Amino acid sequence: MTSFFVNGKQVQVDVDPSTPLLWVLRESLGMTGTKFGCGMALCGACTVHLEGKAIRSCVAPVSRVEGKRVTTIEGLSANLTHPLQRAWIELDVPQCGYCQSGQIMSAAVLLAENPKPTDKDIDDAMGGNICRCGTYSRIRRAIHKAAELVSEGRAK
Amino acid sequence: MSAPTMVGRREFIRTGAAIGGGLLVSLYAPLPDGSSSALAAEEKGIALNAFVRIGTDESVTVISAHSEMGQGIYTSLPMLLNEELQADWSKIRVEAAPVDKVYNHPVFGMQMTGGSTTSPAEWERYRKMGATARVMLVETAATKWGVEPSTCRVENGSVIHAATNKRATYGSLANAAAQLTPPANVPLKNPKDFTLVGKPTRRLDTPSKTNGSAQFGLDVIVPGMLTAVVARPPVFGGKVAKLDATEALKVPGVKTVQQIPSGVAVIAEHFWPAKLGREKLVIEWDLGPNAGLSTEKMLHDFAETALKPGAIAKKTGDPEAALKTAAKTITAEYDVPYLAHAMMEPLNCVVDLRSDSCEIWTGTQFETVDRANAAQAAALPPDRVQIHTTLLGGGFGRRANPNSDFVVEAVHVAKAAKAPVKVVWTREDDMRGGWYRPMWHDRFVAGLDANGDPIAWTHTIVGQSIMQGTLFEAFAIKDGIDSTSVEGAADVLYGMPNLQVDLHTPKIGVPVQWWRSVGHSHTGFSVEAFFDEVAHAGGKDPYELRRKLLANQPRMKAVLELAAQKANWGSKLPPGVGRGIATHFSFDSYVAQVVEASVEKGEVKVHRVVCAVDCGLVINPDTVRAQMEGGIIFGLTAALKTEITLKDGRVEQSNFHDYQMLRIFESPEIEVHIVPSGGNPTGVGEPGVPPVAPALANAIFAVTGKRVRRLPIRASDLA
Repeated sequence: MTSFFVNGKQVQVDVDPSTPLLWVLRESLGMTGTKFGCGMALCGACTVHLEGKAIRSCVAPVSRVEGKRVTTIEGLSANLTHPLQRAWIELDVPQCGYCQSGQIMSAAVLLAENPKPTDKDIDDAMGGNICRCGTYSRIRRAIHKAAELVSEGRAK
Repeated sequence: MSAPTMVGRREFIRTGAAIGGGLLVSLYAPLPDGSSSALAAEEKGIALNAFVRIGTDESVTVISAHSEMGQGIYTSLPMLLNEELQADWSKIRVEAAPVDKVYNHPVFGMQMTGGSTTSPAEWERYRKMGATARVMLVETAATKWGVEPSTCRVENGSVIHAATNKRATYGSLANAAAQLTPPANVPLKNPKDFTLVGKPTRRLDTPSKTNGSAQFGLDVIVPGMLTAVVARPPVFGGKVAKLDATEALKVPGVKTVQQIPSGVAVIAEHFWPAKLGREKLVIEWDLGPNAGLSTEKMLHDFAETALKPGAIAKKTGDPEAALKTAAKTITAEYDVPYLAHAMMEPLNCVVDLRSDSCEIWTGTQFETVDRANAAQAAALPPDRVQIHTTLLGGGFGRRANPNSDFVVEAVHVAKAAKAPVKVVWTREDDMRGGWYRPMWHDRFVAGLDANGDPIAWTHTIVGQSIMQGTLFEAFAIKDGIDSTSVEGAADVLYGMPNLQVDLHTPKIGVPVQWWRSVGHSHTGFSVEAFFDEVAHAGGKDPYELRRKLLANQPRMKAVLELAAQKANWGSKLPPGVGRGIATHFSFDSYVAQVVEASVEKGEVKVHRVVCAVDCGLVINPDTVRAQMEGGIIFGLTAALKTEITLKDGRVEQSNFHDYQMLRIFESPEIEVHIVPSGGNPTGVGEPGVPPVAPALANAIFAVTGKRVRRLPIRASDLA
């Protein structure tokens, strides 16, 4: 039995402890917002937060998260109010959308650590997330936009 | 803040009368807020025709006959329909159509999504459906009020009779309207009166793609479902000679291991045990005739073949004679590799096979073909097979497989599983699964006159046919020429007095298929890169020579001029940066691109891409921009990164470490300019791809003096 927290709620799963967190989220917990892309931490589609840091859940055995706090795309906001979600919607970033959970989760850690990222900061932080549809220029713009929304929110 | 539900997604199986006849069984997952809009709509909705359903709650559900794979069709089709219906745009939802002939592609006569054809093909039908529904709603209101329909108007989801100050919402009229006989030949708006079509409109699917609720094939959960992975032969066409599953069956969670036509299925409770089980299989393969395949040898063979004359695809004038009189001739050979589609969502398919029915959930571009092939595999009549098309995590052609490989295999797995089953392809399975863009070799000889103008152009193409052996063969192959092998070459727009394009079509055991922009993905590169060589050989500016030879092609000329103007063609660039230009006509659209790039120690950096496009009447300008942006990144990935190679019959690449995608730090600034145009909409999903590789190659020549004649671009070729 492995016990940990997902989006603030405690969960217990009875799986082989070597099972990657990705499959526990998707199959044991039915939370399919986190995606399978490569299984080798090469594409970032499976990005979630572990104690606030971005990790690739496809290579993180569930034993690694025992007792810890995991945040997934489903837990980013209750109703699309996270600045990144608002920016993504405003700029219509997604095309097929499959990689976007991972993109947004990577961007969320970037913004939490660096509220005013430059293009270079964005390129560095987002380099592990592949988008086959090629939405990169919009991702860059949307992260800048989200940073603006955050600072406007603070100014209020 | 309420946390999302922690139980697995609940699913509701709904049974009801299908729009196109027969029984429709549908699975709807609730939204994260716990509601289920699709369910509610089905309970309350009234179908006014097969393409739109209006709910008493004012919801308007547009039924999409085409798959959403990122190209934005789940927004463009509702825009077309609502241009005429004039419902409240905020109430519009989209649902994938079931498989039914009413949803057949108006041109291709089968239900499918591909060839950048949805907007061109549906441009009238969806507007007609919207207009038909509107006329029925107006008639219903007018009858109720005892007034002439012509005295009513509609606005934002209501019918209004101004003289008597009456107003009724569509939802309140829908029940009665559904009783009417739909009118024939409803008139459509003149495009100049459009209020929605042509305006930048936010995609309807974006919110669901930012909170994890968008449902792709891999996300489908059916009660009681098992998960399977398949061990497929290491060489195309191989067969299982001997199987020992003893150790695999010992993995906790593995239910069964079964041989199926495409390999060995490991069927388990979940993905992870299935994958672990597969690793424990001991299989001896009979590799078959393809065990000796080598792309290195093919490269050599193709080049030899290209020296011989092929089947003539196009001949204008007398190129042979013109070459003899030429003041100067130049020859060049180009090579491009096999390419995998590499959609971010690997292939997958869920099948629930019963004794008298087969229900399939998958992201597919090819519903009619898949249903026929699945029915055959299930030994059921096609009308007993239903396909639920989910969102596609990328398609690029791979999910329109002529053999329905990933669907048929899943039916076989379901037979073996004796339970609903999801077949998951790992990235490695997907990448090594074949159905690639073919490898191509292009050989050119051009002759120039004393002024440096081209007077002869011959182009010999060598590569596999994607149509041979498919149900499209009769339609696509004429006199030994697969039209998709020579598209973009035989129909080149430049005025060439003496032109010949010929084709060799070797038969090779590597399965090949359409890949975003199809034949144009290689001819765009070779023709436009060689054109640059011809221009330089004749001492001409490559932009000016293009302009001159496009004198009779006003739309392409305008696109070329716009791209050049926006990119300041001819202006000074920073030292070390080169500029290249290319045009390409494909899917009835005209595209020109200018690339600015530099090369440092063999490493190419693309700084900027300026793109101009004429795609006829634009439905959603932001979608056109997005598709050009995405097409450019897709094309640059092929130019700079990817190749599938074979050695001893085995594919050498397996995942994103050895089949690398362009990443954000390599992605240039992209500017898209849309030429105001009229006429019907033309293709958008693919035409952005072909020009970028040659524009980049030409930019590299401008800055290094080195010609790029093979893709992907290698540092060793630039040294």
